Amino acid sequence: MDLAEYRRAARAWLQENAPSHDDPGADGVARAKEFMARLYDAGYSGITWPERWGGQGLTQAEERAFAAEARDYVLPTYVFSIGLGMTGPTLVDRGTDEQRERFVRPLLRGEEIWCQLFSEPGAGSDVASLQTRAERDGDTWIVNGQKVWTSVAHHADWGLLLARTDVDVPKHRGLTMFVVDMHHPGVTVRPLKDMSGRSNFNEIFFDNVTIPDEHRVGEVNDGWSVAVTTLLHERLSISAGVGMGGQRDNPASFETLRQTVDTSDPLVRDELVELHIRSRALALFNQRLAQETRAGIFPGARGSAAKLLLAELTLFQADLATRLVGPESVLADHPLAQAISLAPGMSLGGGTNEIMRNIVGDRVLNLPPEPRVDKTMPFKELKVGTQE
Amino acid sequence: MKLVLSEEQRQLREAVRGFLRTASPLPKVREGYDPQVYARLNGELGLAGLIIPEEYGGAGAGLAELAVALEETGAALLPGPFLATSFAAIALTGGAAAGQAAVPADKELLAGIAEGRITATFTETELSCDDGTVSGTPAQVLSGMDADVLVAPARDGGGAPVLVAVELSGPGVTRTALDTLDLTRGQARVVLEGAPARVLGPAPESGIRDRLCVALAAEQLGVMRAALDAIVAYAKIRVAFGRYIGSYQGVKHKLADMHCKLEQAESIVRYAAWAADEAPEELPGAAALAQAYVGRACFEVARDHLLLHGGIGFTWEHDAHLFYKRAKADEVLLGPPRLHRARLAQLVV
Repeated sequence: MDLAEYRRAARAWLQENAPSHDDPGADGVARAKEFMARLYDAGYSGITWPERWGGQGLTQAEERAFAAEARDYVLPTYVFSIGLGMTGPTLVDRGTDEQRERFVRPLLRGEEIWCQLFSEPGAGSDVASLQTRAERDGDTWIVNGQKVWTSVAHHADWGLLLARTDVDVPKHRGLTMFVVDMHHPGVTVRPLKDMSGRSNFNEIFFDNVTIPDEHRVGEVNDGWSVAVTTLLHERLSISAGVGMGGQRDNPASFETLRQTVDTSDPLVRDELVELHIRSRALALFNQRLAQETRAGIFPGARGSAAKLLLAELTLFQADLATRLVGPESVLADHPLAQAISLAPGMSLGGGTNEIMRNIVGDRVLNLPPEPRVDKTMPFKELKVGTQE
Repeated sequence: MKLVLSEEQRQLREAVRGFLRTASPLPKVREGYDPQVYARLNGELGLAGLIIPEEYGGAGAGLAELAVALEETGAALLPGPFLATSFAAIALTGGAAAGQAAVPADKELLAGIAEGRITATFTETELSCDDGTVSGTPAQVLSGMDADVLVAPARDGGGAPVLVAVELSGPGVTRTALDTLDLTRGQARVVLEGAPARVLGPAPESGIRDRLCVALAAEQLGVMRAALDAIVAYAKIRVAFGRYIGSYQGVKHKLADMHCKLEQAESIVRYAAWAADEAPEELPGAAALAQAYVGRACFEVARDHLLLHGGIGFTWEHDAHLFYKRAKADEVLLGPPRLHRARLAQLVV
């Protein structure tokens, strides 16, 4: 099938199957699972993922064609965004064949929901200083500790867990990655309310939770390199907008604003032009990264530049939109009140803007690293978290 | 949409970059225009003929290829009339798509430019044309002292818009060199009083200015890339308080932001060049976007690259101010930048 044909078929399928914008969206998770199953059966789930593990084995070209057609819909795939954007690709890259066989297809079919368990109260930007322990007991591991900022954990069946397995070595060398059963006794999920009032993320407590050794991802004490794989996928998927609604639904987007504000005012026009410039600049950068990927140039740490720019654009446009719209934008039921409340999240989740700048500086521009003690000192002697 | 260079375009980039590295290294640019370098640029690489149709001895390439060349000449701060000649070539090939025949075809002029025998420049100042002569006073003609021929829009006796070519060393032409901010590339005030001119044909209805915007943005992309490369290299060797300055977040984060601007600028330049060659309906918006974003970003990066050098960057001897001044001169070359923003507003708001 050539690309144009593929795109026509995708368009027809979406027309038939994708929910419309004003769908009330009751019973979110059940509906999302049902939709993912249909997406999978139609061959639009895991478009670029290997066929052997349930993907379609197609190229970025098909994925982009489908994404372009899907822009006009709000696909109910949010609860799968962590699995599809981060944990799934990590298992495809670094898992054992048994793990791929067991986990990838159910993810793509929408049968199982995933979360990612990296951040802790004492380990945010510096995630490698995490303290959740996994201790070996024969063929199993016993986990104790606390994770935080975990999106969709309250719906999740599985979590990708980064835990400390050795405190006598420097912090990056004592971590191991696991797949943990979120329904296991001893796992407690408590929703956290974010500043917008939503509860999309959680804190998780592990109290003597056991994990079989076959659910270890990568070698013992090599978890950091696995985590770096996940984080690369995370930044790329955030900047490419995987699992996110299109700009059409964004009340602060250029497209929305030009319909709602007074565009005869020259000052408003100039502000809108600035928003257009920034939006197009980032959209074209993302398209260029996608084309490079297709041509075999892996963007790597440059994805952090795209993520940083998206975070800045998100805040800029919500801020601008409220200033253009005026007093009504701060009434709680106005979409912009929600947008300005959610906007800081993009600058924090998936790595703060400061961390993104460090990554661009260190790994894209190859600037000299900051002097640091935490790379050589055994973890147990290191200061971590908040110290009075 | 093509945002990634093809293999041939990468080879072109390497060839131009390699040539300029030896023929026009940075220490040489203060000496100004070197006609020998210009001749070799055209003789060995055929750059002036890139977008000139093959039937006139050019390569018949598109703006995408010209952009690759201009990015490199920009990065090298190449003195002389290459951008000016490119502007003239753009005007002469009208709004025609890549490799297609020029609208107002002048075989001798096009062939002369393609061979590197003739350097040219372009002004947007409209001249009055009467009985084979032109009058007018273009106040700031790019490379006006270096160019042999001026291409310009004019009104003929009947008031119809035409494109004309004037020999700048001919009668009725008075050229005055202007002292400019940019030490590497000059401008001239040109007074035309009944100067003999060739009417090339009707002026193209659209497309010239948009394509000038794209070509200039390509040069600006090169200027900002070279400025960023220079300060990144310095941040890796300069030590303060016992550490390389590039290790301080105060410096590193600024450099990261500059890199972000460069990534976006490159994406926009590739897009705009593609639009010029392949999607004329997208060209007006792409061209205005290119100048509105890349022009500003280029100056900001050149400015911050100068500042991050510290005091040495403020000295006459250091090259930082050459980039800073070229970036500023380029930012306002096609008029006050608000014009590009206003055009964009007209097109998209």
